[in-house]
Order: sequence, then C-alpha cells, then structure tokens
Amino acid sequence: MSAKTETIELPVGEITVTRKGSGPQLLLLHGGGGSIADHPVTDKLAEKFEVIAPTHPGFNGTKVPDHFDGMPELVHFYLDVLDALEIDNAVLMGISMGGWLAVELASINCARFSKVILVDAVGVKVGGPTDRDIVDVFGIPPDEATKLMYHDPANARDMSTLSDDALAAVAGNRIALGLYTWEPYMHNPKLPQRLHRVTAPTLFLWGESDGLVTTDYGKAYAALIPGAKFVTIPEAGHSPYAEQTERFVSEVFAFTD
Amino acid sequence: MRTYWFTEDAYPDLPPQEEYESIRVNLPNSNFDPERGHELYNWYLDMWCMAESYGLDIMNNEHHQTATCMVPAAPLMMSILARETSKARLLILGNPISNRRNPIRVAEEMALIDVISKGRLECGFVRGVPYEAAPANRTAHRGSQRLWEAHDMIMKAWTTHDGPFNYEGRWFQSRQINIWPRPYQQPAPPVWVTMGGRSSTTPVAKHKHVGAVFLAGYPRIREIFDGYREDYLEMHGEHAPFDRLAYLGLVFVGENEAKAREGAEKLLWYMSANKVPGYWSNPPGYHPPQIAAQIMKGARGGSGVPLTATLDDQMARGNVFAGTPDQVYEQIKNFWEYSGGFGNMLMMGQAGFVTHEETETSMKLYSEEVFPRLKELEASTTPAEAWEKSKAMEKRENVPLDGFALEFVR
Repeated sequence: MSAKTETIELPVGEITVTRKGSGPQLLLLHGGGGSIADHPVTDKLAEKFEVIAPTHPGFNGTKVPDHFDGMPELVHFYLDVLDALEIDNAVLMGISMGGWLAVELASINCARFSKVILVDAVGVKVGGPTDRDIVDVFGIPPDEATKLMYHDPANARDMSTLSDDALAAVAGNRIALGLYTWEPYMHNPKLPQRLHRVTAPTLFLWGESDGLVTTDYGKAYAALIPGAKFVTIPEAGHSPYAEQTERFVSEVFAFTD
Repeated sequence: MRTYWFTEDAYPDLPPQEEYESIRVNLPNSNFDPERGHELYNWYLDMWCMAESYGLDIMNNEHHQTATCMVPAAPLMMSILARETSKARLLILGNPISNRRNPIRVAEEMALIDVISKGRLECGFVRGVPYEAAPANRTAHRGSQRLWEAHDMIMKAWTTHDGPFNYEGRWFQSRQINIWPRPYQQPAPPVWVTMGGRSSTTPVAKHKHVGAVFLAGYPRIREIFDGYREDYLEMHGEHAPFDRLAYLGLVFVGENEAKAREGAEKLLWYMSANKVPGYWSNPPGYHPPQIAAQIMKGARGGSGVPLTATLDDQMARGNVFAGTPDQVYEQIKNFWEYSGGFGNMLMMGQAGFVTHEETETSMKLYSEEVFPRLKELEASTTPAEAWEKSKAMEKRENVPLDGFALEFVR
C-alpha cells in the first residue's frame, strides 16, 4: 500500500509522520523499538483507517529538541503534533511506551479521540514500591529480553545478522527509549490520578505471553480506566501486532466497528 | 611535579569470575563480608597515611554497587584522612556531580573537608563511568551538560560570601544558597575535571582547572593534552603550566625486574577483574549510537568480557609503568616527553591482591628513587619547550586501545 512520509516543522522541533490508507483517522504511537510504519500490520489497518504514524523524536534517526529530558516534554510536544496533524475524532492506538504517551494525551484532553487502544502499554505502577511491575529492559541481557518479549523468540529480529548501520539504528532507538523512560522507570507516578479523564471507550489489547509487562499488570492497569475492556491475544508476547497480526487487526476492527 | 597515590579500595575476595555475571551493579552484597570489609577499609586508610609519610599526596574516588571500589562516598573516606594526615594534598577525583542530586550538598561537603584539613583539598568533578547510571538511577543523557551546571552552582556557592543567592538552572534549582562552612582556600579549592577526549578539554581549560586523564596511553594522550593546551593558550594567551595536567597510570616499582613484574601483574587485577556485561556498560545516552552498537555486538569493551590485555601490552600502551626504579623512571619519562608534559602523576599503586608489603616497597622505591628524578625532569624544561618537543616526536598509533578506551578513558 502506498504511504506518504513527510517531516513537519512545529513551533519547537519537527515531527516525521507516515500516512497510509483512507477513512477515519487512526493515530498510531509506536513503542521503544521505533516506528512500525513499514510493518505489514499498518497495511491491514489502512484497509479501514487513515493510519497516521508519527515517529517520536529521537527514534529512527530523527532529531531530539534540546530541551527534551523525558516523557513530559514528549507529551507537550505531542499537543503540537495533534494540532499540526489535525487529529480529530481519531482512534488513538499506543503500543508499549507509545501506550504510555497515548494515556497521557487522552488524560489531558480526550475530545480529539473516538476510542483508545492500548497495546501492552506501560505508564503506571500498579503494585507496591518493591513490586517490579515492569521488567528493567536496560538491566537484563539482550537474549533474556528477547525471551520475555516474544511468545516465540524465533520471531525476534536476529541482531547478529544486522549491518553496522542497521545495528546503530537499533542502538539509536534504544537511546531514545532511555531518554523517555529512564526515571521514573517507564511510568508516571501521578498518572493514575488522571485516568478518570480517559473518557473515550478504551480497549487494552495484550499479548498473553508478554513477560515484560504481564497480563496481570495489564488487567490492573485496565481497572484504573473506567469501563476499559481487556482482551488477550494468545501466542503473542509484547508485540502482538507482529506475532499475531491477523488476530490483532480483527480485535481492533471489532472494537472500532 | 606532584604524585598522588591512589587505590580504588577493592574488595577482591570474590568467587571465581565464571560464577558471577558482573562485578558491578548486580553482584549480591552477600559476597561482602563486613568483618573483611572492616579490615580492608582500615588497611586502605593506613596505606594513604603511609603515602603521606613517603612524601606523596593522596587521591581517592568513589563508585557504587561494585567490588572494584568499596567507597560509595569519597568525601567520607577523605574526611577521615583530612584528620589523620597533616601535609598531603587531598584529591577527590572525583565527585560524580552529573549523578548527584544536589550540588549544594557537594559544595558543603568539600568546604568541610577543606576547613578540617586546613586548605589541603583538591576537588575533582567527574561525569562518572557508564555503569554508574543504574546505581544512581540517573539518566546518562546530557550527563556532561549536567556536570557543568552543577560545577557552576558549586563554584558560586564556594565564592559567594554575602548571604543567600539563587541558582535556578535547567537541572538544578535552589533559591537560598548560603553554605556554611565556606572553603578554607580562597577563593576556592583547586578544581580538577577528567577529560576523555578532545571534545571535553575546552571548558576545563577555560576555567584553568586541572585536566586529568586516566589511562589514555600513547594512542590518545596527545589528542587530549594537546587539545587542552591549545584551548588554554588561545583563551588565556599563555601556555598551560605543567600543574594544569594530570595523568593516571598503574605504577609498580620493584627491587628487581622479576619482583616488579610480579607486583605489576597483581596490579592488573584492576583491569582483569572488571567483568561487566554490555547492558551495564551501555546505558542509553552515554555513548553515541555507533559506539553503543559496537558494544551491543560485543565488538568492543563492556561486552561481559574482562579486559585481559597482557602486562607487556599495557606497558606498551603507557597504561602501566613497571620495573626497577631506573626502568620506571625511563618509562614515565618517555611517556611524559611524548605527552608534552604534565605536573601531576596519579599513581595507582595498589589493586586487587597486591599486599601491604609489596605496596610499601613500591611506594618507597618510587618516592625515593623515581619521584625526585621526575621533579628534575619537570624543572629542566618549560611547558612551551616540552610541547614543541612532543610535537616533533612521531605519533605512536601501533598500540590499539579497543574496548579499553571505552571502559577507562574518561
């Protein structure tokens, strides 16, 4: 499917965005692995939606504004992005770290969003101070992370076959992820008190085998948003859109019918 | 020429290396026996006092969650030495102010040590090694920028004497700063900052601070020292005095070559024990993507493989100076001349299982037979002459640093 990618100047910084398909808007906020605008799942989603997939600054080689230190700057930056992309009555989908961003945006003002879909999202702490709700991806060996993230680790990208440039891109995305999530790690302690403001119908879509943020975490998270639905996708880990693309898309379509 | 004697205060009594994943960050502290720790802390304090008795100055540092260095708070150890010693200069190299939450607390701690020691503090500031990011829970992003903001705040706290001022910067904000005590040395204690490459020399030279380089060896020393000297000359219109530059190397002096090698091999524990997996060496934001990628690939240091370069390799690189007094003098002299000269030798004189007796022998031979000649060497020339002479020397690039640079040069 044909896609259009452009970089748009904003009052502060710039955003690179890929659009494909036509129909109601679906704003796709990617996770820590970087943009998934090229992933086949976006072609399927574009059969029903205009998929609008911005790249968070710092990912995929894009520039980070000088004043960025973490998620709060990204959230406020995205208020400009929503204006620039004329987001209106959109399905808001956020994956992992993008799910955190989505919840932050929806809790500021949900008026632009018709529905919210959170895929293996982070962003809150649901347990006590010594519960490790979210695995520290910066504190475990890469192969262990792969096992936690995938239902079938064979579905993971084989890093040993990547060129130096491709590996530098992976490293660049990891650096960007660290910028937004280092401290407090992958969550905002103040966010739970704002979740009542997420007023659009909300679906949590969760890979049943996700070991980074488990289904227990997802269910506890969903319980904080009034009326949110929680649906698991079997034989999928942290990236259910990748491991079970068909099932993932059918759940999205069913929720947005 | 001054020589600062240094040990990292290791806790070396560990299980075999293959039985643990990392000596840093996540090595359980069940491996630390408090009884043994008590002995070691006091032993190391004795060693520093012994260094003073041999006419050397004192240097310490801090690391966190690691058996390589048992000191998580350099000022605590140095405050003991401020009381126990009376002559030695006391160098903390350094305070990891990119990771410390409150620079004013650092300003206060340093002022206290300076007053107790009657003005003997030499105060270093460092960004910190990458494996400090996790223990500090502090992002590695923009660490150098944070360092300089904290530095500015501390300098102002030391030099403001007419009541509270406010400092509201990007990372650090406080609105009623008025430290008690103020430092003994006026206007401020001498400041040192570590330099890891050409890009880090400018602000250090701008402030006329001492620029310290750890283990850059022949392959990189001139890039860094020359950078500092160029910046200094350009900004201040005069050559940087020797005492503005410092170099840290491992030094072991023996009565004969065999004993010296034996001691130096033990000293290499500092490098060979540094088993650290890539994920601790590569916190996001510390290294640029290309270097981070190489660490992920395991092609560079910090991939979980201890650094096992041989003693000969390390000596060829100018990281280790070892031998009889004559040999060590020749080695340091060669490096000194090649580097263009420096006024502070930072002597890592003890590590791992180097015994008290071995440490004292090396310290004594250094102070009696090597150090006086280094002082003469420095006095025999000027910074301008030494720099010119070094420029005329052929570049030595035949000793690649590989991951070594990443782990230790900063």
